[in-house]
Formats: sequence, C-alpha cells, structure tokens
Amino acid sequence: MKILVPVKRVIDYNVKPRVKADQSGVDLANVKMSMNPFDEIAVEEAVRLKEAGTAAEIVVVSIGEQKAQETLRTGLAMGADRGILVVSENMPEPLAVAKILAKIAEEESPDLVILGKQAIDDDSNQVGQMLAALLGWAQGTFASKVEVAGDKVNVTREVDGGLETLALSTPAIITTDLRLNEPRYASLPNIMKAKKKPIDEKTPADYGVDTAPRLEVVKVTEPPKRQAGEIVPDVDTLVAKLKELGAVA
Amino acid sequence: MSTLILADHDNQTLGAATLVAVTAAMKLGGDVHVLVAGSGSGAVADAAAKVPGVDKVLHADDAAYAHALAENVAPLIDGLMSNYDNLLAPATTTGKNVLPRVAARLDVQQISEIISINDDGSFDRPTYAGNAIATVKSSDAKKVITVRGTAFEKAETEGGSAAIEAISGAGDSGTSSFVSSEIAESERPELTSAGIIVSGGRALQSGENFEKYIEPLADKLGAAVGASRAAVDAGYVPNDYQVGQTGKIVAPEIYIAIGISGAIQHLAGMKDSKTIIAINKDEDAPIFSVADYGLVADLYEAVPELTGKI
Ligand SMILES: Cc1cc2nc3c(=O)[nH]c(=O)nc-3n(C[C@H](O)[C@H](O)[C@H](O)COP(=O)(O)OP(=O)(O)OC[C@H]3O[C@@H](n4cnc5c(N)ncnc54)[C@H](O)[C@@H]3O)c2cc1C
Ligand SMILES: Nc1ncnc2c1ncn2[C@@H]1O[C@H](COP(=O)(O)O)[C@@H](O)[C@H]1O
Repeated sequence: MKILVPVKRVIDYNVKPRVKADQSGVDLANVKMSMNPFDEIAVEEAVRLKEAGTAAEIVVVSIGEQKAQETLRTGLAMGADRGILVVSENMPEPLAVAKILAKIAEEESPDLVILGKQAIDDDSNQVGQMLAALLGWAQGTFASKVEVAGDKVNVTREVDGGLETLALSTPAIITTDLRLNEPRYASLPNIMKAKKKPIDEKTPADYGVDTAPRLEVVKVTEPPKRQAGEIVPDVDTLVAKLKELGAVA
Repeated sequence: MSTLILADHDNQTLGAATLVAVTAAMKLGGDVHVLVAGSGSGAVADAAAKVPGVDKVLHADDAAYAHALAENVAPLIDGLMSNYDNLLAPATTTGKNVLPRVAARLDVQQISEIISINDDGSFDRPTYAGNAIATVKSSDAKKVITVRGTAFEKAETEGGSAAIEAISGAGDSGTSSFVSSEIAESERPELTSAGIIVSGGRALQSGENFEKYIEPLADKLGAAVGASRAAVDAGYVPNDYQVGQTGKIVAPEIYIAIGISGAIQHLAGMKDSKTIIAINKDEDAPIFSVADYGLVADLYEAVPELTGKI
C-alpha cells in the first residue's frame, strides 16, 4: 500500500509565541520552526506500517514557503521515500490546503492519507476531515490506534467520553492524536541519506487551486494576561482560601 | 438570518455543550434550529425542544446516525443547508469531526472554536495554544463555525416549546462502520461542566497515587478529576482526563493543579478558570505565574494534609 503524509512547518512547540505589536500576527522572524508534532506522529505511523511490510511507499507533502523543504527532509530522514513541496509564500487556509491535497491524492492514488489532527499554529483541526469530504473517503480522526486488516482499516479514536473504534473502507483518511505512537529521532546516516531522496516542487497553480483567503484577519491580539497571585505559606492558609471561595464549608 | 445547530448527544441526553452553541446562535440573531441526528434519540429531540431560544428541532432518527459517523451525518446536513445562513456545533469531538466535512462539501472555510461574536460580524478565536487571539471576518456566503464550550453561557434547559419535525437523509454511506467503544463511566462531574477540578501531573508517578492522593481530595470537594498530558501518556489516567490545547478546554470556578509544571499546552486548556490553585515543589514552576494561590510544597505531604483539613 501507498501512504501520503501531509506535514506542516510550524513554530516549534517549545517556543512561546509572541504577538506582533502592530497586531498583524505572530512574530516568526528568527523563531525556531519544526514539523507540526502531530505530523511527526503521522510520519512515524506510516514508517511503522512500512517496516511491518504493510506499506510499500511513503510520500510526504508540505505546502508553504520554500523552507518547508526542511520539514520534508525531516520526514524523509524518518523513513519516507520522497517528497512533494507545494510552494506558496502565504500559508493557504485549511480548505485550500485540502483542495491541493485532494489533487495530489488523485494523482498519487494512496491507500491511506495520514495527517495530524491539528496544526499547532492555527489550531484549526480541519484539513483531514475536509480532504475526506473532497475525496468522498472515510475518515478516522483523532486516532490512538491504527490496524490495517485487508481492505479495511480499524481506527481507535479518542473521543470526549473515552475511546471509539471504527472500521473504514480504504482508501481512507486518518488524523493522529498524541498517543498513537512516539516518533523516532532520525539517525545521522538517515539524515544523510534523506538528502538524496527526491523532492518534487510544485505550486498551487499546478493543481488549479485558488488559495485566496476566505477569512480576513482583522487583528491578532494577546489574550488578557492573568495576574500571578500570592504564594500561601501553608496548607491552613489554603484551606482558609477555599473557605472564602465557598468550596468548603 | 437563520442558524442550524448540530446537537451533541449520546442518543439519550442532550450534551451540555449544545446549550453553549444555542447561546452563540442567539447572538447571531434570527431563527435557531437544532438538528438531532441519532438513533432512538427521541428524548434528545424532546430536550432540545425545551431549550428557550430554539425555534425548531429537526429530528433525523436512523440507525445510520447512531454513532454520528461523519460520512453519514455530513450529507444529511449539507442537504439542509440551502435553508440556513449559518451552521454551528459545539467544539466537542463530534462537532470537530463532522463540521469540517460539511464545510468542505459547501466550499466554506470553517471558523474553528470561536470564543466571541463581535458586532461588526467578526469572530475571535484562539490560535497558537491560546497565545494569540485572531479576530477574523468571513467572506463566505454561509458560515460554518464550532463554538468553544467555555466561551458562552449555557442556554436554559426548560421553558421552550419548539416544534419537532421528523426528517430523513440518505442514511448509510457504506464507507465506515462502528465497531466498539469504551466510554468511561464515572460518578464524578464531567470535566467540561464541573465547578471544581482537581488535576494531577507527572509528579503523581502512578495510577495508584492518583487514587490515593487526587481522588480523595476531589471526593471531598465534589470535583472532577483532570490531568496533564504527561500523566495521561504515562498511563496513570485515561485519555479523556487530559486538559490542554489538544485535550479538553475547561473553565471551572476553581482549578487545582497538583504536580503540574504549567507548560503552555496545559495552560491553554485551563487558564480561563476563575480561580487557579497550584501545588508544586518547584517555586519556579510556570504554573505559579497563572495561579491565584500557590503552595510550594511536596504534594505527598501537602495533599493528604489538605484533604484531611477540609
Ligand atoms: C503537540 C503537543 C500538544 C500537547 N498538548 C498538551 C495538552 O493538551 N495538555 C497538557 O497537559 N500537555 C500537553 N502537551 C505536553 C506539555 O508540553 C507538557 O509536556 C506536559 O503538560 C507536562 O506535564 P506535567 O506538568 O504533568 O509534567 P512536568 O512538566 O514533568 O511537571 C511535573 C511537575 O511536578 C512537580 N513535582 C514533582 N514532584 C513533585 C512533588 N512531590 N510535589 C509537588 N510537585 C512535584 C515538578 O516541580 C514539575 O513542575 C502537549 C505537547 C505537545 C508537543
Ligand atoms: N500547509 C500544510 N502543508 C501540509 N500539510 C498541512 C498543511 N496544513 C495542514 N496540514 C495537515 O493537516 C493537519 C491539520 O491541520 P489544521 O486543519 O490546519 O489544524 C496537519 O496536522 C497536517 O497534517
């Protein structure tokens, strides 16, 4: 089977984002960027399916600025076979990303597309579901377990009350949750090997997708700051505070 | 103006998050209709009809809708959307799963997890784990929106008398099927609607310690139990306990964080709590920068003492 894994280049999850003074967005100049953590989990899952002999080929795709090539290289170093970079200086919205991915899926005919459940910059949680809609495929979102069984894939999903397992006909869309797996670090030899793996370069126009935004960002502001309160000296003071708050009689 | 809300439910009770979406829909103005898609879900439709502010309930009762499979529910909804300007759902796992599938079918860029509706027609939504609030305006003809559960008051549950109209859709798409579920049964209040939450982190070291230290305190306070991702990952508690950017978003009256450092991903899920109390042995733990009351102490001593004294 063939697996497509879309990976997004985002602010590193350890960096505290700073809102720009002119309220135009978040300052990304000189900020460490990495692969979206959920997408690392998606790549890892694909690589494990390949190591298990279930998958034959893994294609990673990233849409974004030229530097998203680094993100693709990370995926290739983890074990993907080749990459597709769709260069767009402005980051397209989830719907446009899904439209580009749908065209790529039509060309590549993967059996599975494994995406992250959400990008940690826009926190949209949309692309996988939208892609499934555009392709008319089944979707297993927020996956914490994936089992391929013949032409079906069983996906255990993290839902509000606990867990739910669905059986999906393939081709299918899966989006990853945090507990699906623990992504590996690429070894140095694999990083070297990844440099030689092919990356195809495209543009949204090659796929006939209009990336004009549908949402106008009026402004981006900092949330109201919480004031740090007081350090209480002992448990008795804490009990007194809980009484004041009416939490205990 | 008219708005359709996708109700969140388990075929028996109307999920409280739906009441938040009703309030948001009323803010948008115009007619508010609620879609209950389920199986054997009559009680849910009845409950939705009693919510003041709801003008009509559309009830699609079919085995194909029993588990809210997106493949089946999305076509049902977009078949209805020619009559509506807006589609809303609470940002529960069901809302998050189904709505983008509808949005793409309608060629609409969804607006996820709004926290406010502004007079100029724009919406506020948190991004970057809540570190940046984006105010956005949509140019799409229809709006598809998920609503954050902590952001609006809940509508009342009694007093309304909306008509219930039975409808049907295409039913089973045949591409996916339900296999099983493990839904945790708990006597405790639900995390997203609890007045008090006691949360534990990695410092608890085991599931047994959660039972020994966190649960008795929660019992005494009538509180729900939450956790950091580190505690969930380590298997101390089930996944649905996770509070944070990628877990549950909560805003109780009192949130007590025990042995949790306060990573931005955790703060994203609880920093709108009214009062935050933190117990941590490291006085430099970031959790103290958002806590109203902090106690620098070893939890293994402080928590039993606290539980004993209340
Ligand atoms: C994509 C992504 C999404 C994430 N989403 C979430 C999320 O939704 N929710 C979430 O919580 N995390 C999330 N995380 C993880 C987050 O980054 C942190 O790793 C996690 O929150 C840390 O959990 P913790 O505070 O329990 O553990 P730690 O950071 O290890 O903190 C443990 C704390 O316990 C204190 N301690 C130790 N022993 C004692 C003692 N005896 N008494 C008192 N205090 C003690 C320590 O001083 C320390 O502050 C996410 C991470 C990523 C990459
Ligand atoms: N620009 C992009 N390039 C490649 N994949 C993307 C891009 N944007 C989103 N994705 C994929 O879609 C998932 C969900 O993103 P979102 O809906 O934006 O939260 C991510 O985890 C990625 O797998």
